[in-house]
Amino acid sequence: MPRTVRDVVFVDGVRTPFGKAGPKGIYHETRADDLVVKAIRELLRRNPGLDPKKIDEVAIAATTQIGDQGLTLGRTAGILAGLPQSVPGYSIDRMCAGALTAVTTTAGSIAFGAYDAVIAGGVEHMGRHPMGEGVDPNPRFVSEKLVDESALFMGMTAENLHDRYPTITKQRADEYAVRSQEKAAKAYADGKIQQDLVPISVRRTNAEAGETGWGLVTADEPMRPGTTLENLAGLKTPFRVHGRVTAGNAAGLNDGATASIIASEDFARENNLPVKMRLVSYAFAGVEPEVMGYGPIPATEKALAKAGLSIEDINLFEINEAFAVQVLAFLEHYGIADDDARVNQYGGAIAYGHPLASSGVRLMTQLARQFEEQPNVRYGLTTMCVGFGMGATVIWENPHFDGGDK
Amino acid sequence: MSTTTAELLKGAAELFPDEVVTSAHVRHLDLPFGAGRFALITLDNGFDHTKPTTFGPASLANLNTAIDQVEAEAAAGEIVGVGITGKPFIFAVGADLKGVELLKKHEDALAIGKGGHEVFKRLAGIAVPTFAYYNGAAMGGGVEVGLHCTYRTVSKALPAFSLPEVFLGLVPGWGGCTILPNLIGAEKAVSVIIENSLNQNKQLKGRQVFDLGIADAIFEGADFLEQSLLWTASVLKGDITVERPEIDRGEAWDQAVAKGRFIADGKVHGAAPAAYRALDIIAAAKDGDLQKGYDAEDVALADLIMGGELRSGIYAFNLVQKRGKRPAGAPDKSLARPVTKVGVVGAGLMASQLALLFLRRLEVPVVLTDIDQERVDKGVGYVHAEIDKLLGKGRINQDKANRLKALVSGVLDKAEGFADADFIIEAVFEEIGVKQQVFAEVEAVAPAHAILATNTSSLSVTEMASKLKNPERVVGFHFFNPVAILPLLEIVRGEATDDASLATAFAVAKKLKKTAVLVKDAPAFVVNRILTRFMGEIQNVIDEGTPVEVAEKAVEPLGLPMSPLVLLELVGPAIGLHVSETLNRAFPDRFTVSPNLAAVVKAGKRGFYVYDSGKPELDPEVAALLEQGDVVLTEEQVRDRVLDAVAQEIGLMLDEGVVAEAQDVDLCLITGAGWPFHLGGITPYLDREGVSERVNGKRFLEAGVASVPA
Repeated sequence: MPRTVRDVVFVDGVRTPFGKAGPKGIYHETRADDLVVKAIRELLRRNPGLDPKKIDEVAIAATTQIGDQGLTLGRTAGILAGLPQSVPGYSIDRMCAGALTAVTTTAGSIAFGAYDAVIAGGVEHMGRHPMGEGVDPNPRFVSEKLVDESALFMGMTAENLHDRYPTITKQRADEYAVRSQEKAAKAYADGKIQQDLVPISVRRTNAEAGETGWGLVTADEPMRPGTTLENLAGLKTPFRVHGRVTAGNAAGLNDGATASIIASEDFARENNLPVKMRLVSYAFAGVEPEVMGYGPIPATEKALAKAGLSIEDINLFEINEAFAVQVLAFLEHYGIADDDARVNQYGGAIAYGHPLASSGVRLMTQLARQFEEQPNVRYGLTTMCVGFGMGATVIWENPHFDGGDK
Repeated sequence: MSTTTAELLKGAAELFPDEVVTSAHVRHLDLPFGAGRFALITLDNGFDHTKPTTFGPASLANLNTAIDQVEAEAAAGEIVGVGITGKPFIFAVGADLKGVELLKKHEDALAIGKGGHEVFKRLAGIAVPTFAYYNGAAMGGGVEVGLHCTYRTVSKALPAFSLPEVFLGLVPGWGGCTILPNLIGAEKAVSVIIENSLNQNKQLKGRQVFDLGIADAIFEGADFLEQSLLWTASVLKGDITVERPEIDRGEAWDQAVAKGRFIADGKVHGAAPAAYRALDIIAAAKDGDLQKGYDAEDVALADLIMGGELRSGIYAFNLVQKRGKRPAGAPDKSLARPVTKVGVVGAGLMASQLALLFLRRLEVPVVLTDIDQERVDKGVGYVHAEIDKLLGKGRINQDKANRLKALVSGVLDKAEGFADADFIIEAVFEEIGVKQQVFAEVEAVAPAHAILATNTSSLSVTEMASKLKNPERVVGFHFFNPVAILPLLEIVRGEATDDASLATAFAVAKKLKKTAVLVKDAPAFVVNRILTRFMGEIQNVIDEGTPVEVAEKAVEPLGLPMSPLVLLELVGPAIGLHVSETLNRAFPDRFTVSPNLAAVVKAGKRGFYVYDSGKPELDPEVAALLEQGDVVLTEEQVRDRVLDAVAQEIGLMLDEGVVAEAQDVDLCLITGAGWPFHLGGITPYLDREGVSERVNGKRFLEAGVASVPA
């Protein structure tokens, strides 16, 4: 049977506001599965053209797949969201790139013709599931020196990346972090972010954390608008004495969920669904686990090569800010200025937070909004580093492209 | 804020130190679409959903304080609206009945009514719109607090919504009787307040709450609060305008009230005041004067709280909810043996009904036996047909129907059928010799551990077991007809019955979802003995010369579900006669066998009445059979005689130790004979009417147990 590879598009994406993990965080008493369920429901409400019966898959990522993030979340979230029982689902894990991988994996299946439309997203409730919960690393990692002992501690890998790029100083990292907060604050002021947020009702019974009873979360909790270099200068470097990585120039520990609709372009057009981005290529790459922040560079190399593009063709970047140093290493590698206007226009995870497996779709949702605003841009990319030494990159084409200069 | 309200509630709270106090948390949030700052009140008693949120005086005081805060914020322009919702799965389930039970004085009862009104109606006085979000179970005062708000939303997942006050013996007295008809019209209000309450406290689901117009919007459970708040933002911004249909304040209102009275008459026959008091308030609410309605509610509430019917109602409610679930005198449940296969001896109608019940509730193999293949086939056929009916109604799916059908079988050979059965129940002809023989046959083939249960209604379980090698495993398991509907199961302990067998019987009863009551092996056990004494006394006065209609009318003020002779018809005159003969043999001085009843049975009549005119009228053929004396009693005299007889019989039963306490008698009458809550079964009524004192020289229940505490 002859097959034709089909174009795959990003139809729409939403997310919950992100929260700070921990007993005082907004989502401390909210289940992880409820977060992703509410994101899925909002996505369906926003896209009434998508008949839920026609959804072929629900792929939901989580890093720690136990408790309320376990039980084959894609399936259970689908049922909880009220999708027909005929719609299947599964869980997916590539740590920080979970939601991104949910998108690419289902996109591959759409291109192949197995699916027409899917829900892809992710969730991480780092308050309920702290990083490393229940892990049991094989002792051979250490005994055979397969990885450096720092590989499992993301902050240490970020310090290692500073070592690899001696010119990326703490000062540069802090400056980057301040800009991220500034850009995020501006994006909020301009209403760029709120339009893709799902309001979440949250209960609080612990009076020490604030007013008790039910509340409604409509904005990201981690943001620190007005952060200055002076604020950041004095922060501790918990991963290394006299180190460079601080809570201020890295993403925090966060709770949140994202969801997107991915479809074949034909299906989207036939069903009058929006086409916000067209998938061009994607790639994953492995690096030494102890410098996992380097991952986006080889991943991007591969993705560009597969697309037949060069870095000059990319005019919008959404880079996950797990650590400022990891973004700066990427920019340094490609000779892009630290404050290049094409990079993270709305700010990034340093401001919004990074609930591990959910973040990939946040990057896409923001890139989609930037495509809409900037029809002169043809290509953009979303990229992120991944624990245990990986990088992930997806290159997107702007369907609104007007033939302009970029 | 009103200081007097606070004082009122403080005084009431002192009367009720053990209240499970509900907090009213105030939390602020920013509404979507930039609609503004909003204050959301969460009602929460700090426990999970197994302990629903209620309102006692301290809880009302907390809500009052929360309203102080939001009222001030609204007046200062700091908030654009106020919402009220509940903890997960529960909105609020109304007044705390434990607090109501403690009230001793009319003025305290009045204070409770006024306290609720004073707090709730402040919601209507706040300077910004108020919104109730019925997220979960809402009953009584819970429903009412929402009725005082400007707008309401309801969750599609809400499982239970009701104004159950009339069911218990109260009126919805914190605004329900007054606001509801003014919101949705008298007809719908009567159906919620009167009809549902009197229809075994029927609950509404979220969809019905919306369809009735009680809620202005409905949202799915998954993101109910989020969607309610989005809707709130749209309403406040003017993007959504809530429109409610005009209600008919004309003749329809009066007709609705009249219909309510008709329903109440049909259920309680004027014997319980609550429904009528509620209807009076609904009738008066026609003019839309809310405060006048609230005042009438306060008075009705206080009167009813100080009345015996409500105290009996609460007592009865607690019996069913608590004692019915933890049977008095049942052995430790850890002694119970597993039941993985059930045998039924007999395949007649009763046996087939039992087979169906065991099958549906236990979902284990059930095997029927009888004396010939035709009867066996008929029994299995009945069960299959009933399964198909359930399938047809959508109560079970095809897979479940297949499963159940595969589990039921019929065999002629008891050895084949019962060799691996753990629980074998007989429902054969009511004759001791027959039953003894059946049990002997069963014992010969059944495993040594198997329970042998009998559905006898009047024979001695001890005697039935007496010829067996292992009499300790015989228990009485007495169901009430219709088996699928009446909850009562009298579990009879024979003289030899051991704890393990009894524990197994109680465990099975629980799985059958029956209300089990432990009963001593005494003639006709509890319900049949009392009903037979009751009916016997009616029959006696008729035989002696009182006209049938006078005898029947005499007990109408009790508000029983049906008149004595209609009940006799339901039971069947032949069975009634048989039980009276059994009891006559046991207690000849108190139980008579009516020659007139014997004549009616002999003539093959199925009852005393014909229904040609639609109403029961004495069958002329029966009238011709009756041979009456010349002692004609008044209704009052008949009633005294009947109640005296019942009080005497219950007194004797308690002396004999047939059941542990009077509470068990009442539980049996409520769940096995449908005797009403407002009588509390019967002993609270006998106490409050002075019958117990007159006959037995003492009350059945201490004052305060089912009456106003001294």
